[in-house]
Parts: sequence; structure tokens; C-alpha cells
Amino acid sequence: MRPSKEAHIVGYGAYVPIYSIRDKEIARVWGRSSPVPVEQKSVIGPDEDSITLAVQAAKYALMRANLDGSDIGVIFTGTESKPYAVKPISTVVAEAIGATPNVVAADLEFACKAATTALQALIGMVSSDMVKYGMVIGVDTAQGRPGDELEYTAGCGSAALILGRESRDAIARIEASSSYVTDTPDFWRREGQIFPNHAFRFTGEPAYFKHIIRAAKALLEELGLRPTDYDYIVLHQPNVKYPIKVAKLLGFPKEKVLPGLLSPVIGNSYAAASLIGLCKVFDQASPGQRVLLVSFGSGAGSDAFSIVMEEGIKERRDRAPKLEEILKVRRQLDYALYAKYRGLIRD
Amino acid sequence: MGVPSVPRVWREIKYKYNLIGSKCVKCGKACYPPLTVCPYCGGKEVREVKLPERGKVISYTIIRYAPRGFEKLVPYVVALIELVDGTRLISQLTDVEPEEVSIGMEVEAVFRRLREQGNSGIIEYGLKFRPLRR
Repeated sequence: MRPSKEAHIVGYGAYVPIYSIRDKEIARVWGRSSPVPVEQKSVIGPDEDSITLAVQAAKYALMRANLDGSDIGVIFTGTESKPYAVKPISTVVAEAIGATPNVVAADLEFACKAATTALQALIGMVSSDMVKYGMVIGVDTAQGRPGDELEYTAGCGSAALILGRESRDAIARIEASSSYVTDTPDFWRREGQIFPNHAFRFTGEPAYFKHIIRAAKALLEELGLRPTDYDYIVLHQPNVKYPIKVAKLLGFPKEKVLPGLLSPVIGNSYAAASLIGLCKVFDQASPGQRVLLVSFGSGAGSDAFSIVMEEGIKERRDRAPKLEEILKVRRQLDYALYAKYRGLIRD
Repeated sequence: MGVPSVPRVWREIKYKYNLIGSKCVKCGKACYPPLTVCPYCGGKEVREVKLPERGKVISYTIIRYAPRGFEKLVPYVVALIELVDGTRLISQLTDVEPEEVSIGMEVEAVFRRLREQGNSGIIEYGLKFRPLRR
């Protein structure tokens, strides 16, 4: 899908809480001796949730865009861990950054790809001149049932992108995007349930791999580009193994995956995962380099984006903390404190 | 924080989310939370002002027996903070262990959950302070 006018990324920001737990500590509690999927995963503090994480990423994105909240005409938040079942995250973010009241705001849900779908909607609004600037936030504070395989990876984090129609001093431009969606029962959470369920029969090949590959290939075909035209590939990252494997199947070497791969140290940040990976690449990419971004959301679907870095990245990058700086301050929790912070201890 | 009240939380959103205080037109001093009369000179002409989000710890105390709604946060620190413009306010500190806090420590504001009104009530948000990150 190529808009008649390209949308430009003028701000980005990512945030990961300071708390973390090592997978070997979780394995100790549950007596697991088999290999663990990631080294460590991020954990929210006792006063954090998807709203507070979203606000922090939004503020960092505004700093890089050098904009006020009142300049933002749209706020879309993609998440599957809403503090309220009914009451939007986006309105609290809008109030906290000073974007209210003349702003379009809504939360979107499509498992881990909600934010990239929101990004496609925003591309349409920005490139058609409906709004001057809009923001997309991907955020999650994922929960895995204690002892379940998901507990080893369910992490947290947030990432925000600000899009604008201006091309002058932009961070990057979005050439085109594609989507590939089917009804696949790989992972779900019913209303009122705290923890999700997953069907191993559909995890992996029929879900993650199929949807990412089809979305990416459709995009490359539309643009007439090949894997060698890209300097980086950023993927949804539920663990370490899957993104490296799917990149290889698409013809991308490991070296193009690693710069945007944070799952080894933050786990799976769900709706934030692919956008945090993109922010990590923005922290180091040079003007002219091309990035392929492909999300995956259970249920299931993938969105792929072709992004070209612009000159503005050089000057805007250092206006807010980079992920390397954010991840420098980390507190390792034992399982007891992890249980306390995650609300697993009940009265 | 008083008795849980939805209208009170709604009224305070502007001040708690964005650190809006009051500044006396007569003596020029600012205070937080905002007041209609200047506590320093008694001046009745005050205007709202956006306060800076950085400062330093002047003094602090460690809370081990918390009031209702804060029980799960113990132990936590409540500090007297002097912002870079000289305004002093009281705030909870976050992302820090009590033994790491010291007088003079530089801090910055962050948006956090302040309290929830039970399991089915509203969640109160606002600014706390954490050790300066950059």
C-alpha cells in the first residue's frame, strides 16, 4: 500500500522500566532444566502500567520531534494490556503531554501488531493532510501464567513514533506498507481472564512464520526491492530464535537482524516489540539506509513497512535517551520481588 | 490524598499530570500544589505556572506503614524537593531503594500511578520523582 504522498517520521521514543528478572531465576522457581528462551525480561515497577510507559515514550518522541503536545492531532495506542477494560489509554497520554482537547484519540487491539496497524491508519491521515502531526504508541505490560512457557518471555516496554507530512529534517520516510491477515487461533485471552492461552499446534509455522513471510514478500514485490536493498530488518520478537530464523527464510543475514533485536534482554514486549526494535535501529542508522519492519500479532496477522532514513536522524537522535542509555540502569529482581511488583501476591 | 473521590481526581488532573503550580504576582514566589493566596506574602493575585521538572532532594523520610491505597508500595520514600527554580514541593520518589536516597540527590519528574481506588474504582495518575537519568 503506497500512499500518494509519503508520510515522514519526525520523532521517536522508547522506554523500558528499570526492573528485570533473569530467566534462570524463573527456571529456579519452577525446577526447569531445559534451555530458557531469553536471558532476562523487563518487569514493570509497582507504580507502572501501560499508561505510564506510554506517556514516557510519548515524551521522548516529542523531545526528538521538538514539538509540543498541542501540535499532535492524533494519538493511537496499540496494546493488549489496558489498565481499564473500558477507558482509553490514549486520552490519559493526550492529557499528560498537553495534546487535549483538539485531538483524535483511540486505543487499538490486535495482539502484538496493534500499533503497526495504527501506524498504517496514521500514514493515511498524515499523507492525506487530515492532520499535520500524529503519534502512534505501542505498549504492553505482558502477563504470563506463573510456570507457563510465556512467563519466561512476557516482558514490557513502550515505543512512540510521531509522523508528519513535512519532509524537511525528517528522521525517516515510510515508502509503503502491506498487511497479511487470517483467522488463526494461536494465542488468545478471553474477556475477564488475567492470563492468555496459546495453542502449540498453531504457534510458529502457521502463525508467526507464515504471516511475517507473506506480508514481507508482498511488500518487496510491490516496491520491486530485494533483501539486499535493505540494511536492517526489524521483526516482532517473541523470543530470540524466531526473528533470526524468519529473517534467514526471507534471505536476510543475522547481522541485519541483531541491531534491532532486544528480546534477549527485555523479553517479549508484545505490541511494543517491533517498534522498540525500530527505535533501537534509529539509535544507530545513517541517512539513506533502508529498514524493513515486520510486525506479527496473534489471531493473526503481520504488517510490513519499508522505511528510508533521512538526514534529520543525525541531529534528532541525541535529543532524548537512546535505548542503550535506558537499559544501562537495571535492577535485577528475584522471583519474590517480581511477584510483588507484578501483583501476583494477593491479600 | 483525602477520601477517594472521582471529581476530586478529575479536578486535579491538570496540576498532577503537568506540575502546574501557582506564582504570586506580588513577591514572585511559586508554590505547589497551587493556592489562591500566596503562602509567603499573603498576596491574593496569583497565576498558574508550569514548574520545572528537575530538582534536588532537600530532606526525606521512609514510609514503612503506609496509608490506605499505598500499602503495596512499602517501603517507599517521600521527599521534600527543591525544583531548579527554587520552588519546594513534597513528592514520592520512585525507581530508587530507600537506602540509595541522599540529601542533594538530583531528581526528575516521571508520570506514574499514584493510587488506585480499590479494584473497581478509578486509577489516579500523576508525577513522582526519580533519580536524574541524564
